Amino acid sequence: MPPVVRLLAKRLGTSLIVLIGVSLLIFAIARVIPGDPARIALGPNATPDAIAALRDKLHLNDPFIMQYGYFLADLARGDLGVSLYTNRPVVRDIADFLPATLELVIVAGLMMVAFGLPLGVLSARYRGGWIDHSIRTVTLLGVSAPSFVWAVILMLLFAFFIPLFPIAGRISDTYSIPSVTGFLLVDTLLAGNIRAFGNAAWHIVLPAFALALSGIAQAARLTRSNMVETYDRPYIEMAKSYGFPEKRIAWRYAFKPSLIPSMTIIGLDFAAMLGNAFLVEAVYAWPGLSRYGVAVILRKDLNAIVGTVLVISAMFLIVNVIVDLLIAFINPRIRYSQRAS
Amino acid sequence: MSRALAILVRNPLSLLGLILVATVVLSAVFADVIAPFPTHRGAVVDFANFNKAPEWPYIFGTDLVGRDVFSRILYAYRISLILGVVVLAIAVPIGVTIGLAAGYLGGWTEYVLMRITDVFLSIPPLVLAMSMMGLLQPTLTNGMIAVTAMWWPWYTRLVYNLARSEKEEGYVLAAEVIGASKLHVMFREILPNCVPSILTKMTLDFGFVILIASSLSFLGLGVQPPTPDLGSMVAEGAKYLPDSWWLTIFPGLAILVAVFGFNLIGDALREILGTEQ
Repeated sequence: MPPVVRLLAKRLGTSLIVLIGVSLLIFAIARVIPGDPARIALGPNATPDAIAALRDKLHLNDPFIMQYGYFLADLARGDLGVSLYTNRPVVRDIADFLPATLELVIVAGLMMVAFGLPLGVLSARYRGGWIDHSIRTVTLLGVSAPSFVWAVILMLLFAFFIPLFPIAGRISDTYSIPSVTGFLLVDTLLAGNIRAFGNAAWHIVLPAFALALSGIAQAARLTRSNMVETYDRPYIEMAKSYGFPEKRIAWRYAFKPSLIPSMTIIGLDFAAMLGNAFLVEAVYAWPGLSRYGVAVILRKDLNAIVGTVLVISAMFLIVNVIVDLLIAFINPRIRYSQRAS
Repeated sequence: MSRALAILVRNPLSLLGLILVATVVLSAVFADVIAPFPTHRGAVVDFANFNKAPEWPYIFGTDLVGRDVFSRILYAYRISLILGVVVLAIAVPIGVTIGLAAGYLGGWTEYVLMRITDVFLSIPPLVLAMSMMGLLQPTLTNGMIAVTAMWWPWYTRLVYNLARSEKEEGYVLAAEVIGASKLHVMFREILPNCVPSILTKMTLDFGFVILIASSLSFLGLGVQPPTPDLGSMVAEGAKYLPDSWWLTIFPGLAILVAVFGFNLIGDALREILGTEQ
């Protein structure tokens, strides 16, 4: 078996165990809370008979382990139950709202890599100088406020005071794009509508940047501190004595080994973004999982809460598997040790 | 300790951090004295002065029922700081103990404890806290429980990694050879060497607890009105942008100032104590 496939199988296996753990945890939290889910679902005017019937249907009279068993069996068929809030299958609700959130998070993730890593390299290359000091101060400010504060500040500055960007939404109402993937940036291209693509891209800039800001700062800070350590190694000294240009030393010799820990953090920050997207979506009226998530939480809609948390955690685990694989690809030590064993 | 403090004061950035944190802590403690309108912490209505832009004596303006935003921020700091202290006081001992046990004992203990930790780490922190808050009732106590539940695993992971490398050190082997109990080795031998890293993380985390708690209340899942809270003040004010900008900008900056202060100190501590996270 090729080493990468074996690594993938191992990581997927661990992720599955963790995901089952997550489902058990969230299912347990949802069941130990006070209040009868059947009564909440049917409202205050329900007759005792109707409540008893629904309790029976939802298996609420069975022991906890049995209930969890029914839940897992449904889950294996891709059934997360019906949302009490929308009266639709939770899976369909999530399928409707998730793409908008994922689109936002993916664009923010790309911004994090595109801005965070170069800033970190720049800071390390000129360590001790004014460039380094200003980058470090700005990035520390970046991690010091929650993304909703950045979202509000960016909106005020670049949508109201200097109206460069739209205030809210995913795309202007004038465009109607048939939904294929749910990702507007993809669907507009599939429809061959370049103007609509530009419009959607223009809408996503501010929310994605607000979401990415703390990740950019985190990635820059970590890359810098790893690179500063690498700069003290003898082989850098040697590269310098060969007279290699500073830029090449920075990117080829000092940056590469620092990339691995940075990527681990980027994976973790991606997870945090899936949660923080809730905050940014609320500010920019972004039609993602946020409004649905908060609404079902406030209504104690158990199926929908469990489903939302499970799907977000699954996304997070998938990202981490991808990050692990990327690290395995760039790290010769992992690549070769796998091959040797 | 006093040496560390001396270094903190000498560096301009960490000195700024100390000043910011001291300002935040003092204004929370002495809110009753400093606040121009102490009664505005509660459900007070003053329609004669509602929605006023910053002007004396309302230096940060007034909200839609005429309450002084500056006074409310001072009382909101109080809630944030209490939350930070309580969450860390509960989460750190739990996380550290589990991390020590998993790292030092190894074997099945390690496997089970670390997989449980993984489960908590693979739910985005905010989502876990949100669902717990929603399922319980959104109150200050439940907010503390929810944030604590998501916080301990980070300390488990930190201490677990430290304990795993420490247990190979000579001093641990020496203690084991002379027959020290497992508990003694864990808490008396290994733990003291983890303290610098734990302290650094706690300083940084104090800011992040404030940040997460404000995020929860921003979504309406935290401290409930009329209790002043920085997150819910931003959420309330965001509805009236851009006209009543002071309703969001000042509470938002208040979060930034507090968290920035703790981060500056934590960053400096990390360099002084030579701890990596």
